[in-house]
Amino acid sequence: MISFIGRSAVQKMITLFFVSIVSFLIIHLAPGKPSQVDPMNPKFTPEMVERFRSEFHLDKPLTIQYLYFYRDLFTGRTVSWKDNQSVLLKIWERFLNSLPLFIVGTILTWTLSFPVGIRSALQRGGNFDRSSTFLAYLLISIPGFFFAYVLIIFVVTQFQVPVIGMETFGIGSTSPMTRFMDRIWHLLLPSVLGATAGIAVLSRYVRSQMLEVEGQDYVRTARAKGLPPDQVHYKHALRNALLPFVTMFGLILPGLIGGSVITESIFSWPGMGRMAYEAILARDYPVILTVNFISAVLVLIGTFISDLLYLVVDPRIRL
Amino acid sequence: MSSATHSQTASPGDVIETPLGPTRSRFQQFWVLFRRNSLAVSGLAIFGLFFFTAVVGLLVTSGTQPLLDPAQVRLQEKLKPPLSRPNLDTLRPGEVPPLGVYLFGTDNLGRDVFARMLQGAWVSLTVGFVAVGISVVIGIFLGGIAGYFGQAAIRVDHMLPAFLLLFGVAAWIAGAKGSAIVLMGLGSGVVIVSIAAQKIWRKRPMPVFLNALRFPVLTADTLIMRLVDIMLCFPSFFLILTVVALLPASLYNIMIVIGLTSWMGTTRFVRAEFLSLREQDFVLAARALGIRTYRIIFRQMMPNAIAPVLVSATIGIASAILTEAGLSFLGFGVPPPHATWGNILSGGKDFIFDAPWLTFVPGIAILIVVLSFNLFGEGLRDALNPKLRERH
Repeated sequence: MISFIGRSAVQKMITLFFVSIVSFLIIHLAPGKPSQVDPMNPKFTPEMVERFRSEFHLDKPLTIQYLYFYRDLFTGRTVSWKDNQSVLLKIWERFLNSLPLFIVGTILTWTLSFPVGIRSALQRGGNFDRSSTFLAYLLISIPGFFFAYVLIIFVVTQFQVPVIGMETFGIGSTSPMTRFMDRIWHLLLPSVLGATAGIAVLSRYVRSQMLEVEGQDYVRTARAKGLPPDQVHYKHALRNALLPFVTMFGLILPGLIGGSVITESIFSWPGMGRMAYEAILARDYPVILTVNFISAVLVLIGTFISDLLYLVVDPRIRL
Repeated sequence: MSSATHSQTASPGDVIETPLGPTRSRFQQFWVLFRRNSLAVSGLAIFGLFFFTAVVGLLVTSGTQPLLDPAQVRLQEKLKPPLSRPNLDTLRPGEVPPLGVYLFGTDNLGRDVFARMLQGAWVSLTVGFVAVGISVVIGIFLGGIAGYFGQAAIRVDHMLPAFLLLFGVAAWIAGAKGSAIVLMGLGSGVVIVSIAAQKIWRKRPMPVFLNALRFPVLTADTLIMRLVDIMLCFPSFFLILTVVALLPASLYNIMIVIGLTSWMGTTRFVRAEFLSLREQDFVLAARALGIRTYRIIFRQMMPNAIAPVLVSATIGIASAILTEAGLSFLGFGVPPPHATWGNILSGGKDFIFDAPWLTFVPGIAILIVVLSFNLFGEGLRDALNPKLRERH
């Protein structure tokens, strides 16, 4: 166990090191210079460009820039090139905005996909199974931005509520109850959008796991013993079918920082995804690299946690 | 599988001497299974229709004098709903739409949405196929190496020059020509030294400092799988967005970038298949017959490993089309005025209540095409599944 943790930690550190190099190279070897973001701006004199370049070490060779960047990142001193604010602080603010979306989306995904998947597995080939299968394909295939507009048109024309942004403009002076409902309405659509693909994929996965377990010998034995069907399905089959999903708790971690770029820009939601998108447009390299680095860290921690959980819940795995 | 069809030439009492193969070819077996799945068959049909539409669209809308001009601006005819007729009094003769009707309406500049959709179909088709083609080629190549030659060790004298040359090229691109030449020189130096060392000390034991060069660092399998791990660490849509935004806008960049960021799944599939196939008797037999390695890989093993690759490629096309649509929705990729389904939709977003057809026409088109690829891919997966093949 200890040796597994140690080995895996070393391996992940090495992976992270290479990820940091690759992302740095991708950004810095791309054509165009960050110091020439706005050549039409008359205030952007050559002296300004020179000062900008020396201020952010852009005149140094790439290896030195790399060292400078990651030294600043680990000491928390990285600043955005656009507004000179601390990158970690900016990310933290945006992260707090994205967090409700992530939480509601995850809750929707996990509470909806299990009942749907289990029911369609138990009624394999039935009407419910076929329609939920087709619906799942439909939800996987629908482009997020199109679905967003369909939902916006539907909600706005049917319920006459505003859905863009985090809250209605100028609502600050009304009663707390109104404000709360306003927040809920604004939260609903983006988190439903964030959950659609997840629901579709996860319910299919639950269905296939459930079907596989239902075909096992011990389930047949349980049925042959004359146990009531409910007990067979939910006590014998479901428990074993749930095994792989325990490990998926680790894999939802990267979604924390993902923050859908498209959903957040449609709904003007000031979250992570939109910040990253704006940083890309402004060639704000520190922000892009930091987001990339943090999400890589989360992916690695997530896989690590899921490996550990697998070890804990599945006694068949011995390292 | 009956042998009745094979024995038609032999008279009833004869013993058949030639061994009988399966009466139905692999493809026929596949087709019998595939036909049962009506969703998948309709997916295939829609895919055929889409292909046809895209080719016709390319022919009709390209050239200097296109039959349907997707870039023809008619400001007096803007935001006309679908199936509305053009107002012939206000249009100059060259501006009259050849169909005599705006099948899908017009956009905010009075351009014919039908013509623009036809033009965009080709973009979606080529992005889907080229991007997946790139990722499948990389995936088969790396997965094949990892699966077949996986246990071969990579030694220090392989690693060192590779790194030196790589950094040399990187430095050259970054503009540091001096250090690039030094790095590349060092890299080729190591290659020459290690080859020379092998020639000189072929019989006698090598001195310690040269033997260190031959120290096995890691296996090819480890190297490739760690590369897959590294690539999986990047948030894919964000990475694609970054690269596409930094590179000059072009369709080819999008195809290449999507292809280069989506080969990891294929690599894993091919590696897993190759690892199990390599141990099987027919490969051993082929090796014993003295068949050359690349022939074993491509003629004997690849057809057995191709099923999961085909499935993931079909579904990959669907997600590549979605990614491209998302990128052009955000305003990257094919530069305007060339139409793509994503940028028609993004152009219509300011008019979703006044002109909902600008959202629904491209949105539903993308939905149908992506859905058909997904259904077809799932049908393929079921039909190619050997467990199901035995049962029926």
